[in-house]
Amino acid sequence: MSTTVKSPRAGSAPASPPEAGARKRRSLLGRNPLGLLFSAPYLVFVLAVFAYPLVFAVYIAFHDYFFTAPGAVVQRPFVGLANFVDAFTDPDVLRSFGNVGIFLVINVPLTVVLSLVLASGLNRVVHLKAFYRVAYYIPYLTASVAVVAVWLFLFNGSGLVNQVLGPLAPSPSWLINSSWAMPSIALFVTWKQMGFYILLYLAALQNVPNELYEAASTDGAGAVRKFFTVTVPGVRPATVLVLLVSTVTGANLFTEPYLLTNGGGPNGSSTSPVLLMYQKGIEQGHPDEASAIGVVLVVVVLIIALLQNRFAGGRD
Amino acid sequence: MQRRTKALGAAILAAGMIGLTACSGSGGSGGSTSAKGPIKIWYSNNEQEVAWGKATVASWNKLHPDQKVTGQEIPAGKTSEEVIGASITAGNSPCLVYNTAPSAVGQWVKQGGMVDLSKFSDGAKYIEARSGSQADQYKGADGDYYQMPWKSNPVMIFYNKDLFAKAGLNADDPKLSTYSDFLATAKTLVDKGVAPNAILPAPTSEFFQMSFDFYPLYAAESGGEQLVSKSGKATFADQAGYDAADFWRSLYAQKLAGQEAYQGDAFADGKAAMAIVGPWAVSVYKDVNWGAVPVPTKDGTAADKTYTFSDAKNVGMFTACKNQGTAWSYLKYSTSKAQDQKLLETTGQMPMRTDLASTYADYFAANPSYKLFGDQASRTVEVPGGPNTVAEMQAFRDAWSNSVIFGKGDVKSSLDSAAKKIDQLASEK
Repeated sequence: MSTTVKSPRAGSAPASPPEAGARKRRSLLGRNPLGLLFSAPYLVFVLAVFAYPLVFAVYIAFHDYFFTAPGAVVQRPFVGLANFVDAFTDPDVLRSFGNVGIFLVINVPLTVVLSLVLASGLNRVVHLKAFYRVAYYIPYLTASVAVVAVWLFLFNGSGLVNQVLGPLAPSPSWLINSSWAMPSIALFVTWKQMGFYILLYLAALQNVPNELYEAASTDGAGAVRKFFTVTVPGVRPATVLVLLVSTVTGANLFTEPYLLTNGGGPNGSSTSPVLLMYQKGIEQGHPDEASAIGVVLVVVVLIIALLQNRFAGGRD
Repeated sequence: MQRRTKALGAAILAAGMIGLTACSGSGGSGGSTSAKGPIKIWYSNNEQEVAWGKATVASWNKLHPDQKVTGQEIPAGKTSEEVIGASITAGNSPCLVYNTAPSAVGQWVKQGGMVDLSKFSDGAKYIEARSGSQADQYKGADGDYYQMPWKSNPVMIFYNKDLFAKAGLNADDPKLSTYSDFLATAKTLVDKGVAPNAILPAPTSEFFQMSFDFYPLYAAESGGEQLVSKSGKATFADQAGYDAADFWRSLYAQKLAGQEAYQGDAFADGKAAMAIVGPWAVSVYKDVNWGAVPVPTKDGTAADKTYTFSDAKNVGMFTACKNQGTAWSYLKYSTSKAQDQKLLETTGQMPMRTDLASTYADYFAANPSYKLFGDQASRTVEVPGGPNTVAEMQAFRDAWSNSVIFGKGDVKSSLDSAAKKIDQLASEK
């Protein structure tokens, strides 16, 4: 026995001009026009808050540009690479890129390793699971300004850390020591943001099949062996994400040097490119030079991210 | 997928083009210098100034119900300058701001945000009659006034009499006038353990901090030189500058001044035996038994010949103001002799008037602690003008921070190289 299901269109006339119109509309709006409707607010948000400023920043970087009162008639001639030359012949700008490089070299590997190890540990915790997870996540949620105050208390000259270290404490102290200021900031940011990355890894760990651990146990693998042969490959997509996000976040470093080291001190050893963009663009009225720094920063971060993606196996 | 990418790219480009088109437009601006009507003003959020601002607005509104003034504290931000700069770009500045820092005015003029007060028929005349030759430091590059010199806070050395006495020093006539005396006094204070720091100006990297360590001493040592001369050249790479810098370097090197910022007010909290501030701080130090002396010079300069940094705050009128006629009338009303007296009595800050000491002789007689500031107010030096003042001050601060606070390299070559950078910045319009 068979059933014939008739198409609602069965028997209707061949494609008519209104149908062609509908198809055209369909192809323009996609298969699910309703989807566009729902995504439109976010698309508008992305265009207004990310795309437009990005395009505008590139425009500013190539012009003699400064902010003006509405209605003020000023010349903003195209200046080619002049803003880039001005910015990158300034030793402070070059130094800020070096500073953020030091930051990334410390922060990114530390973030990946610590958050993976801690997430693995937390994944096995049976008692007080929620307490431990919240404990790691709270610093990430707390406003930087509040947490910075605690770190200043801990790491200033007469702070708790130096009291514990005694004669081993560096002089001058951590945050005013040109060798230690940036590593201290990197350590602070690693600690503060750890909770977020642990959360990513915890989610990734749920997708690692238990059978793999069981098989490894059957083959006589110990905890360390299982970690390297099962856990690490199992969470590789999450690792790529953590690498990318921590790199991008690190390259945008601003709040911590601004607050922890009072505007990038000592001797500019903790000045980041974004902090310099703020100084040049907002404080000193040279948004063109600030944009040039920003454009170069975006390009550098994109290159690093692409390299990470390639070598960390992100395409898999 | 490819089509979607193209569509997204086109949308981004379109959004960018719309934005660029919108930004390249030009049009008319602001109001007329004769227009009358309601206006808005901002005043500082300092408690005493709020009280003065409210009282002045209320008294004006009683007299001029048809030209109502609405006053409010300047919106919160990292600095007032950033808030004002943003309001200029947004086109929503009030008519008047009673808290403009002279370091930012040149930049705002370049932005087209400031009304040229010299365009009022009695503009320049009124300013010069009130402030005399001091007003000259506040002229724009074209010789016009884009800010009304309003009040100064001549920076001096405050010292804690109790801590001085505790260290066995003469608290009524402290030895603080020469660099060597100052260093010896500072050493005694620290050695005797009365305070961890003899003096503690913020050793941080913000551009404006140079106004509270180097600049007052350079003004005093040089006999009133500005950081950048009228000809647009940095002045401080000279013996006066080197001496002032060496003095501070000695303080840091001998651990008499800390390299670490104190979270709070070190002087009020007894963490420093001296402070370098203006009379605005008097109300803050009400619980300290303080005295004040002029800043030191290498060989000691008589108090009545010593210059210092003004730490002035002025009044700016902004082009977003529609009723500039009313704004100018209110500006004159609020800087009149009577209102200046109220400002002096309420805040203890010095109206920038030529005849300050004689006009308010009764006040200074009743408040002898302010007499020195009143006298010092006639010998103050302002930050340089022009659109790059902040960048110039930052260039100086970076060099200072490196060589003086942290003792890296040679002070002289550090100041020389900062001067070169500032020459370059001063030449950029």
